[in-house]
Amino acid sequence: MSADCILNVDHLTMRFGGIVAVNDLSFGAERNKITALIGPNGAGKTTVFNCITGFYKPSGGSLKLTHDDGRKIQLERLNDFRISKQAKVARTFQNIRLFPGMTALENLMVAQHNALMLASGLTFLGLIGAPSWRTAEKRAIDLSKLWLERIGLLERADDAAGNLPYGDQRRLEIARAMCTEPALLCLDEPAAGLNARESAALSELLLSIRAEHGASILLIEHDMSVVMEISDHVVVMDYGVKISEGTPQQIRDDPKVIAAYLGADEEEAIAVMESGT
Amino acid sequence: MDYFAQQLINGIVLGSIYGLIAIGYTMVYGIVGMINFAHGDIFMIGGFIALISFLILVSFGLTVVPVILLIVLLVSMAITALYGWTVERIAYRPLRHSFRLAPMLSAIGMSFVLTNYSQVAQGARVKPVPPIITGGYTLYEADGFVVRLSNIQIIVVITTVVLLAIFTWLVARTRLGRDMRACEQDQTMAALLGVDVDRTISMTFVIGAALAAVAGMMYLLYYGLVDFFMGFVAGIKAFTAAVLGGIGSLPGAMLGGLLIGLIETLWSAYFSVEYKDVAAFSILIVVLIFLPTGLLGRPEVEKV
Amino acid sequence: MGVTTPAAHSSAAAQAPGAAFIFKKALISALVALVLFSLMIGVRTEAGSDGQLTYWTRFGDLAAMVATVFGGSIVVELLRQWWGPVGTVRIVPPSVQSGLALARRGIAPVLLTLTFLVPVIFYNERYILDLGILVLTYVMLGWGLNVVVGLAGLLDLGYVAFYAVGAYSYALLATNFGLSFWICLPLAGILAAFCGVLLGFPVLRLRGDYLAIVTLAFGEIIRLVIINWQSLTGGPNGVTGIPRPTLFGIPLTPADDGLAALLGIEFSPTHRIVFLFYLILALALLTNWVTIRLRRLPIGRAWEALREDEVACRALGINTTTTKLTAFATGAMFGGLAGAFFATRQGFISPESFTFHESALVLAIVVLGGMGSQLGVALAALVMIGGFELFRGLEQFRMLVFGLAMVLLMIWRPRGLIGHRAPTVFLHHNQAISSDLVKEGHG
Repeated sequence: MSADCILNVDHLTMRFGGIVAVNDLSFGAERNKITALIGPNGAGKTTVFNCITGFYKPSGGSLKLTHDDGRKIQLERLNDFRISKQAKVARTFQNIRLFPGMTALENLMVAQHNALMLASGLTFLGLIGAPSWRTAEKRAIDLSKLWLERIGLLERADDAAGNLPYGDQRRLEIARAMCTEPALLCLDEPAAGLNARESAALSELLLSIRAEHGASILLIEHDMSVVMEISDHVVVMDYGVKISEGTPQQIRDDPKVIAAYLGADEEEAIAVMESGT
Repeated sequence: MDYFAQQLINGIVLGSIYGLIAIGYTMVYGIVGMINFAHGDIFMIGGFIALISFLILVSFGLTVVPVILLIVLLVSMAITALYGWTVERIAYRPLRHSFRLAPMLSAIGMSFVLTNYSQVAQGARVKPVPPIITGGYTLYEADGFVVRLSNIQIIVVITTVVLLAIFTWLVARTRLGRDMRACEQDQTMAALLGVDVDRTISMTFVIGAALAAVAGMMYLLYYGLVDFFMGFVAGIKAFTAAVLGGIGSLPGAMLGGLLIGLIETLWSAYFSVEYKDVAAFSILIVVLIFLPTGLLGRPEVEKV
Repeated sequence: MGVTTPAAHSSAAAQAPGAAFIFKKALISALVALVLFSLMIGVRTEAGSDGQLTYWTRFGDLAAMVATVFGGSIVVELLRQWWGPVGTVRIVPPSVQSGLALARRGIAPVLLTLTFLVPVIFYNERYILDLGILVLTYVMLGWGLNVVVGLAGLLDLGYVAFYAVGAYSYALLATNFGLSFWICLPLAGILAAFCGVLLGFPVLRLRGDYLAIVTLAFGEIIRLVIINWQSLTGGPNGVTGIPRPTLFGIPLTPADDGLAALLGIEFSPTHRIVFLFYLILALALLTNWVTIRLRRLPIGRAWEALREDEVACRALGINTTTTKLTAFATGAMFGGLAGAFFATRQGFISPESFTFHESALVLAIVVLGGMGSQLGVALAALVMIGGFELFRGLEQFRMLVFGLAMVLLMIWRPRGLIGHRAPTVFLHHNQAISSDLVKEGHG
């Protein structure tokens, strides 16, 4: 991999008891690009995510994150909150995990917790209402407003997150992840359950994030229209191993990939492709 | 050495009583995922029912001890089982789909109700009872110290073993047991497959209560007294036993009970009697931190 | 044509169950009650003077209880039919809604003003002042536990431990070292906060019921240690002769250096009671103010986020360990301060005041109040402690009624009196969030 990769996954392996969920997986996610991780259900994609974002400890392999300034961090050595705080890796979840009892604005404010904690002097400056705290808080609210406007929820900033429609919740979760100002944004099926119009809006949002915020994106997705439209690079998994990778066009025409999705043999897939198209 | 042997025997007997109570905790936690805070007080009620039945039978002139024991056993099991059933119907069933805190607070409330109820109904003073079963066997005698195995101790252990065998068979072989295990895994699916979930859960509480009643009766025979507050501490210890053995596991509950009984007895004998409860509570904390699935339980992986 | 309309038939059959059903249900309830009460109420045992256990029958009481159950069952069924099942959504007309909103905004300042005026209005009624002090103590305890249970969603069943630590800290420091109340007060808070951290560490990974029972065990351990460590704490006899508080060094005594003499007014024992009243009011208001401010700061928001979804917190880079520990420490600190006050008010403390019943009572206050709501907790404390006071003379039934009240409360209104949560920051309008959306926390 000669390209400048922000994340290098090398020989990643994850075992649960006797089951090998991810087997010797290696790929790279390029800086400022959108990399998609696809594959049939049960391929191990979310497991890979959980390893990258610190929810599982990998059984083997290395996850090297290289920041823009050249700093390298081994993700498998950090655990949970440090991955977001120090390594600047943010994620969203397959089943949306917003804070339903808090407003959209509050959700975004929570995302800026670490910066605000520092600014509030570990709470003490905030308790006495120091001006430096007030400025920091205003700045945080402004950033939240920026993102709310980006995702079209400025009018609904004070609504409870649990009350928002499904598509809005998905976008709010992405905005919340972006409020942590990450270097790598990991999205777990962001288009799940969205209709065509909402998927298009999502694609636009992700493209703009890549263009304007200098963040690299790694996403798991089943919605092929989104994958084809926005990905720069696609990695295909099945049964815990990588079976193919390349540009979206290359993947679309790869018989191995088709076979995996159809549940058929590679020869059958080639036969179907040659007879059909 | 003989002192140790005596403590060992005492510990096993106490442990059997804890184990019987622990089974109730573990079965209920397994099937509805809640700690039945009122279960210790069900044990206390069982003790009281046994006490009152004894008194009545003896005053009627019955003298044949085995017959008395059998009748008291059946009566206290039946009535206490009904208490368990009633508590579930009133305080837990309406809250089955409510949020997490609700059944727990309801259970605490029910625990207060039962404790206060027996205090009001039977007076606050401890009720002593003359030893009903006496005699025993001297196992070993040397240097002025005697290791004794009393008859009551034998009865407690044998009753426990028999009941444990019966209920293990029940859970493994009968329809009810199968339904229980199904509800433990997936209530919705069990219901869709025709299992009467309400009835199965009720029966779980009933069985737990019946076993607690036996424990109460054994406690009465062994220690010769009951008081309205004995449910609280015994309940926590029995829950500790259930957790130690692995919550959800029937043999685990009994194993945990024996261990707690042994630890408590040995601690009282060799260290200090005053802090024996502290020892039990500390074990609870230690187990839950370092071995939350217990000795015989299955580890759970958190799904993200 | 002889076409029967099945719709009409089925709707008739689906009508509210008739008298026969109610009667049958009541009969079954009465039979169950008969079996349950047969031995426990029907027979009364007592240890005679010679140690022998005797008994007598109380069939009259038994019959009365069974009849009550029968009648009560009928009443409950009728109520249920009239009121509808629990959780029925009721449409509230907008005029009522706006009226309620107005009332809600006004109730807090009104209540506060009234509280300030209580010693003025009831100056000579010692009983009311004492009751007021008691209520305010529990309000403060409720607000303290609210941080742990209501905001952070951590189930703490052993809150009384921090109350005890605070009380004993002040008592022992004052009686052994002669330190004044005002020095010991922050020390008590710090010691209690330290204990809160001690408790927090082991329970970090525990959830829900397990967390609850470990905190319960912790509370019991503290109580047992207090009872048994006689050389330090005086054991079951407690600590006596705890000095009363002074107004920053000026004692409230009839002596010449007393406050009354300094102000040139006649001394009266009521002065001390009024002083204690305002002292606990100040402490409680401090708790309230700190909590409200903390909610708006990142730490408070992190507590609430922890309650809503701990996994998401971790994914956002929030250190859930320190968040939980700070929640425990803060809640514990307020409990400790309240404990120090309790010690100075009573002049004497013993382990009997620090049982699990207290923890359960404070928890009930927090839950009844509607977790997280300051006003709700205050109202709940007023209702509960006031309710307890009504049971003077019927003390043996108090726990029974309290337990039943808890059960009924959980069935009827598990989210508490105040059914909504107020957001901590807003752009356009401050709208309350219904408690259906707010999570209760899993640990």
